[in-house]
Amino acid sequence: MAKDQKNKTLWKWVANIGLGIICFIALFPIISLVVSSFMPSSVLMRNGITFNIDWEQLSFYNYQYIFTEAASYWSWYGNSLVISALTIVLSLFFSSMVGYALAMYEFKGRNFFFVLVLFILMVPFEILMLPLYQLMISTQLINTYLAVILPMVVAPVAVFFFRQYALGLPKALMDAARIDGSTEYGIFFKIMLPLMGPSLAAMAILQGLASWNNFLWPLLVLRSNDMFTLPIGLATLLTPYGNNYDVLIAGSVMTIIPIIILFIVFQRFFISGLTVGGVKG
Amino acid sequence: MSSISSADTKTETRTRREPNKLLRFLNSKKVVPYIFVSPFILTFLVLTLYPAIQGIIMSFQSVLPGQVEFIGMQNYTRIFNDTFFTALSNTTIFVVLTVLILTILPMLLAVLLDSKYVKLKTLFRASLFVPALTSTIVGGMIFRLMFGEQDTAVANQILNFVGGDSVNWRFTAWAGMFLMVVLASWRWIGVNILYFLAALQNISDELYEAADIDGASAFQKLRFITIPHLKPIIIFVSTITIINGFRMFEESFVFWEAGSPGNIGLTVVGYIYQQGIQQNDMGFGAAVGVVLMLIIFLVSFVYLLLTGTFKKGEE
Repeated sequence: MAKDQKNKTLWKWVANIGLGIICFIALFPIISLVVSSFMPSSVLMRNGITFNIDWEQLSFYNYQYIFTEAASYWSWYGNSLVISALTIVLSLFFSSMVGYALAMYEFKGRNFFFVLVLFILMVPFEILMLPLYQLMISTQLINTYLAVILPMVVAPVAVFFFRQYALGLPKALMDAARIDGSTEYGIFFKIMLPLMGPSLAAMAILQGLASWNNFLWPLLVLRSNDMFTLPIGLATLLTPYGNNYDVLIAGSVMTIIPIIILFIVFQRFFISGLTVGGVKG
Repeated sequence: MSSISSADTKTETRTRREPNKLLRFLNSKKVVPYIFVSPFILTFLVLTLYPAIQGIIMSFQSVLPGQVEFIGMQNYTRIFNDTFFTALSNTTIFVVLTVLILTILPMLLAVLLDSKYVKLKTLFRASLFVPALTSTIVGGMIFRLMFGEQDTAVANQILNFVGGDSVNWRFTAWAGMFLMVVLASWRWIGVNILYFLAALQNISDELYEAADIDGASAFQKLRFITIPHLKPIIIFVSTITIINGFRMFEESFVFWEAGSPGNIGLTVVGYIYQQGIQQNDMGFGAAVGVVLMLIIFLVSFVYLLLTGTFKKGEE
């Protein structure tokens, strides 16, 4: 028995220390990013990210530069904020509506639509990309926010997720509300949508992440420097000559901030939202 | 007087009833679901079906500004060239490696995170999820600096410390692949851990208690209880990783922008971008897209068949 107990404590140590090391490895690039953002770009260029940091050379210069000189950085920042906010709001609104209808109503074509959602889930966007790009050119939507947002407004992943979640909502509430004279829209917006809160929070994080970090599509449809989103703007600074590392690194640190705020605000619901979605078949 | 007033009220109720009818129609249980689903139908038609058909048509065309011409199978016969096969083999190696890493590792970590031995669960979970919050561009940039070709960059420092030689990471074929796989794995691991954690909540504790009574070891419990119960989520995660792997573009772009030396980082989507957008040969790009779609369908179908996903209906 005593040996067993010893074994258990040993395992506890191994598990915790092992996880600690793995987490450190996972966080190391982020920590390096933050430390490097205080480094002069000449040093970064010469050494890369290194273990022998010369602490005396750290300064706020890069951030100062971004806040005073880098005008286009802030327009990228604004573009990304507006596009992500619109994507989150619109895709949550429309996708939850579709998912809810697929879960709660009996109607002709319901299964067909659901299979269609699953099917689209499997078609990679990259395949539709060229014809969509052509469509954006011919409708003159190139270089607008709308061109970036449109393909994300009804996200099949989100529809699928909301459907799974809505399956668990009590249908009896609908009948009760109908007897009270509520319209079907009232039932959805006033009763069911609030009940879908955790799933909305989980999807807000995932959709926000997807939009904030989206790269290939905005790269195609955004043309002018002042319309770029952050990832594209930063990528233009990533030249083969790499002489913009000062703006690049400090700018990168600040791209993570809104997404961390989003995560902190909604993370309470994140795992519970995902879990309930996973349970119901 | 009274007759006039009664006529007045009649017209009033009539005009009021008209919109009522419309409202009642829009609110009937038969119509409402279609209104709710209409955004999906609309976006499906405009943003999926139309481009899908258009893409297939384009793949048989030579598309130049102002002049579009049908050229039959020419785009398809052109696809079978060395560059495409380089892209395809790069992509395939990337898919195999990421599927192995991003299925096995997150599963083991999730089991560990779920075990009662581990303290500070929330802290561990959060720190493993943080990489998912960064974009590939930002992540890739850090990796470029960590895996710089200088002797002073972190990766080479470690290599030198254990007695190895410095590596010219972005200009060596195996190292280039290593960079892309490590970047993708680093960014995705937290998300997949969450999927596994969510699935682990659904395995009842009684199973483990029964196994404890039978004297099962930790490994036996993993082998005979946890993994079989996680099978659906293992299939889900690996299928998504396969599809995402074939779509890979950014991991390559962030290390080499438009072109890598000897195409060591070229992927199929990168090839579509290069041909369709940069060379403005949209018909050929569309044809590569169609081939890519067929490959993805074939691979996911065979994979799902091998893992027995389709058998479920018979049970």
